[in-house]
Amino acid sequence: MKVTKKDMENVAVLSRLDIPADKEAQYTQQLNDVLEYFDNLSAVNTDDIKPLAHVLPISNVFREDVVKESLDRDLALSNAPLKEDGYFKVPKVLED
Amino acid sequence: MSYEAVIGLEIHSELKTNTKIFCGCATTFGAEHNTHVCPVCLGLPGVLPTLNKRVLEFAIKAGLALNCEINKFSKFDRKNYYYPDLPKNWQTSQYDLPICENGYVDITKSNGETKRIRITRIHMEEDAGKLVHSGNTIKDSDTSNVDYNRTGVPLIEIVSEPDMSSPEEARLYMEKVKSILQYIDVSNCKMEEGNLRADLNVSLRPAGSDVLGTRTEMKNINSFKAVEEALTYEIERQEEVLEDGGHIIQETRTWDPDRGITLSMRSKENAHDYRYMPEPDLVPIITTDEEIEAFRNSLPELPDARKARLEEQFGLSAYDAGIITSSRDMAEYFDGVIETGADAKLAANWIMGDLSKNLNAESLEIADSPVDAKRLGEMIGLISKGTISSKIAKKVFEEMWKCPDSPEKIVKDKGLVQITDTKAIEEIVDKVIEANQKAVEDYKSGNKKAIGALVGQVMKQSKGKANPQTVNQLLAQKLG
Repeated sequence: MKVTKKDMENVAVLSRLDIPADKEAQYTQQLNDVLEYFDNLSAVNTDDIKPLAHVLPISNVFREDVVKESLDRDLALSNAPLKEDGYFKVPKVLED
Repeated sequence: MSYEAVIGLEIHSELKTNTKIFCGCATTFGAEHNTHVCPVCLGLPGVLPTLNKRVLEFAIKAGLALNCEINKFSKFDRKNYYYPDLPKNWQTSQYDLPICENGYVDITKSNGETKRIRITRIHMEEDAGKLVHSGNTIKDSDTSNVDYNRTGVPLIEIVSEPDMSSPEEARLYMEKVKSILQYIDVSNCKMEEGNLRADLNVSLRPAGSDVLGTRTEMKNINSFKAVEEALTYEIERQEEVLEDGGHIIQETRTWDPDRGITLSMRSKENAHDYRYMPEPDLVPIITTDEEIEAFRNSLPELPDARKARLEEQFGLSAYDAGIITSSRDMAEYFDGVIETGADAKLAANWIMGDLSKNLNAESLEIADSPVDAKRLGEMIGLISKGTISSKIAKKVFEEMWKCPDSPEKIVKDKGLVQITDTKAIEEIVDKVIEANQKAVEDYKSGNKKAIGALVGQVMKQSKGKANPQTVNQLLAQKLG
């Protein structure tokens, strides 16, 4: 097993996921299956292959520094679950 | 035991572009909240960020001015963390292939010693939004409001090696970086607007040891004073903990400038794990030698070179030249004064003296000085010609500060022309000698200092307009 239950819990915390206790074993197994599948790649000899930074063979895509119209504020806020006076409103940030 | 501090800085500088790093929203400071936002900087699904060409240009220029190597192959990465000022839940930054690496700046300490501070890397990234807390502090707020105007404003992060060993060195390093960024005109560096802020990392180790101790970090320090004060406090705090046999906990602490202390910031996620991954929405950046050289050639004269030139060309002292060249605006003001034909040493003295004093008193930048370089130069010309004395010049300067008239006009209107007419001065000298027999006797009986009181009287009676040299000569003559 590559991934232990502890690893899985850590990933859940980092991802802000609340994993029900009865699913822990199942998810740990699934994560392991995924990572073990990746081991198939180790069979390929990559000695002479340069690390890949991007899957597309293109580089240097830029835009000029010219201002474009921004979104109307009401529209920008229209999908926000909570808002107040033109702000996005969010719950408590830091724990005591 | 005596300890030695080990300090490293991460300086974040907002770049002065018109638009954000990956979208066309304006970067103007102080706009109505959430009006400079679009689907790209709000991180809405399906959008495609595109790098602002000027961000790359400014980052490369900063790298060259800070003596870095430019990576000809560079890319962006996602730095994952959850904080509501980042709408995407990651910050687009650079991880293993930053645009610049291996630079340095030299600082000159108050004892005259020069020290080289190495720069590990400079990378490009996006700034985060601003949280407005409902309570007084982040900790006692039940909710916070978010303004995403600043989200996506371009930043460069300049990471130093832990080469500084005192709060003074850290401040000098940050001042030097600020000065260089202003010279090359890539950032406004307005610290009160958050254009330039530093994360301070500090640890202690027994003096002479080469093992690093556990460090703490203080984030977003945005004044030179706070850099020095926060580090001074934190070094003392760590020293006390170690002396008591305790251990330093690796953590982020906040600096409370009102109370002058640092406080632990407990958060849910203690150990950061940013899980960097290549940013698939942005393609790599390839820069050629020719492009890099063109940027290098476009750089202006930098502070160190300019300082050396002022010392050599005008005979300024290292200290004076250092102050004059510490900001590009001041160096340009100095050049403007010199262009009027004014004496360089007098120019330096007036800029560092009365001009700086008045600017500080009114919290003005030198670029906004009511007395411009040309008028100050003309006034210095009047001193050199002997039209006014240095003492009268101070009065003329105060008048110039209040009105836009030329120094010549002020001198004429206020009747401040220096009296160089020996006859006129002689009359006053005679009167003063007659009225101050005690001082005259003191002088004659060997107390040469007594002449000072007599000179003072003559100057007073002439309302400061008598040429002091003539007064001294006449008095010495008459008192034999």
